[in-house]
Amino acid sequence: MDSLVIDLAVLVLAGFVGYAVISKVPNTLHTPLMSGTNAIHGIVVLGGLLLMAESHGVLEKVLLVIAVAFGTINVVGGFLVTDRMLGMFKHKDPPRSEEGEE
Amino acid sequence: MSLPLATVFLQTTNFIDACYIVAFGLMIYGMSGLTGPRTAVRGNQIAALGMAIAVAATLLRRGEFSGSSTVWLIIAGVAIGTAVGVPAARNVKMTAMPQMVALFNGVGGGAVALIAWVEYRHGFAHDGSGPWSLRVEIFELFGAIVGSISFWGSNIAFGKLQEILPGRPIKLPGAAQSVVNLALFVVAVGVAVVLCAGTHSQLLFIVGILVVAAVLGNLLVLPIGGADMPVVISLLNAFTGLSAAATGVALSNPVMIVAGMIVGASGTILTDQMAKAMNRSVPSIVAGGFGGTVAAPAGATAGAGGGTVRSTSAADVAIQLSYARQVVIAPGYGMAVAQAQHAVRELERALEEKGVTVKYAIHPVAGRMPGHMNVLLAEADVPYDLLREMDDINPEFSRTDVTLIIGANDVTNPAAKNEPGSPIYGMPILEVDRSQAVIVLKRSMASGFAGIDNPLFYDPKTSMLFGDAKASVSDITAEVQAL
Repeated sequence: MDSLVIDLAVLVLAGFVGYAVISKVPNTLHTPLMSGTNAIHGIVVLGGLLLMAESHGVLEKVLLVIAVAFGTINVVGGFLVTDRMLGMFKHKDPPRSEEGEE
Repeated sequence: MSLPLATVFLQTTNFIDACYIVAFGLMIYGMSGLTGPRTAVRGNQIAALGMAIAVAATLLRRGEFSGSSTVWLIIAGVAIGTAVGVPAARNVKMTAMPQMVALFNGVGGGAVALIAWVEYRHGFAHDGSGPWSLRVEIFELFGAIVGSISFWGSNIAFGKLQEILPGRPIKLPGAAQSVVNLALFVVAVGVAVVLCAGTHSQLLFIVGILVVAAVLGNLLVLPIGGADMPVVISLLNAFTGLSAAATGVALSNPVMIVAGMIVGASGTILTDQMAKAMNRSVPSIVAGGFGGTVAAPAGATAGAGGGTVRSTSAADVAIQLSYARQVVIAPGYGMAVAQAQHAVRELERALEEKGVTVKYAIHPVAGRMPGHMNVLLAEADVPYDLLREMDDINPEFSRTDVTLIIGANDVTNPAAKNEPGSPIYGMPILEVDRSQAVIVLKRSMASGFAGIDNPLFYDPKTSMLFGDAKASVSDITAEVQAL
């Protein structure tokens, strides 16, 4: 199969998987979901990393450094802030010893 | 072949592709943990692990660090990103989460647009007769347009939420806005077609794609005001995800495709749910302006009916609440503005000590982003099982003695049910008017963001306590404890 066809197949299937998984997220967690997906779309950092070695000239390098910085902000900031937020969601009953967080 | 065998193996394409598959598997598995608060923390960490594997695998590629400066440029980019991202994530206040999410949406879209630009320039390699590939070009152009819209749109959304820009709709008169937006969209798509048809011009790419999309991004979000923000933020989230997926196809990178599509799906679902919760279509929100030209006159005539408003005192409210069996608290954006979530939690505790059952009613679009109220109350240590979604709590209002509304307005407006002429008619609301008594904490009699009068305030069983929400709640708590 042509690699484009495979990529498009992955695209479509991933769309359905994403829809199935995210549909089950309750309203309570919608803000962490948004900040978590912010971190996930930080995957664009890979684009910057992939192109860096092939880039020529100052302009391209500057653009890619900015792109990598933006992507890193997404990844690092997104996962950290989601973790911070999720840590605040607590159940009514405090005894929850089976989960030794950290 | 002086490299050790292990290094050679690690650099094979098959190994790196295998890492990518593991990486997106972990991301999907991690995101599925977000279906419940108990599993969510670990899910987020698993997704982060997937991301780390994807990045590490990319850095392992043979030739990744070729070129004298590459290594340092990558380090520089990552260092800058970390230096900005970590303190921002550590220090941001929960009340400022909508801005934060808007900003993160924006930088993601910006990264996509910049990468598309570089990728486009690579087409010119080898003396201008470069290896133009339609496949790369189509998806890069899509990424450039959508990424650029997302970057500028998110920055405007950030400016509005941070109150650097006015929250009120800013728009061209009449239908001009929609016409201009449509024209810009047509121009961007037209230029993309021209470029794909074989015209290779960087100038056209910059002006016709990046700049046109930037203007479009600005114009799309400027007319959209406060209460519609949850929809806009979700939509921009979807845009960034889809543009990332398009970049993934252009670079033939499976983990980018999968991750981008997950975000695209998530943003789409949220956009749809938020729009449904406001009984409005996404196009009508994007076209802009609740409380704008169409809505305001209809709202002004509805409701009021010359009724009188009954104002009350903290002491009276405290008595009403203390002798109730069930109290429901309905928070809105006003609670976020006043940062009253901790005070609200204290009031809840004081009432529970008196044997009152307290529940929270959370409307899906209360606040400025999906789930905004839940995060604020979680910050104040309110257990999430006390937070009830609209469909769960609505049947309970008839069994509720007192409903306490804190800084919410439109989401409790009975006009949405009773007055077909109202601009918000048909929007699902918290049916607070069915409880025995309603107490509204409000700064003043100014109408909500939508500019629509709320007949609830004139209801004989409603009493109003004016003032800053945080101060009012603290006063009530003190009175409850003194009883």
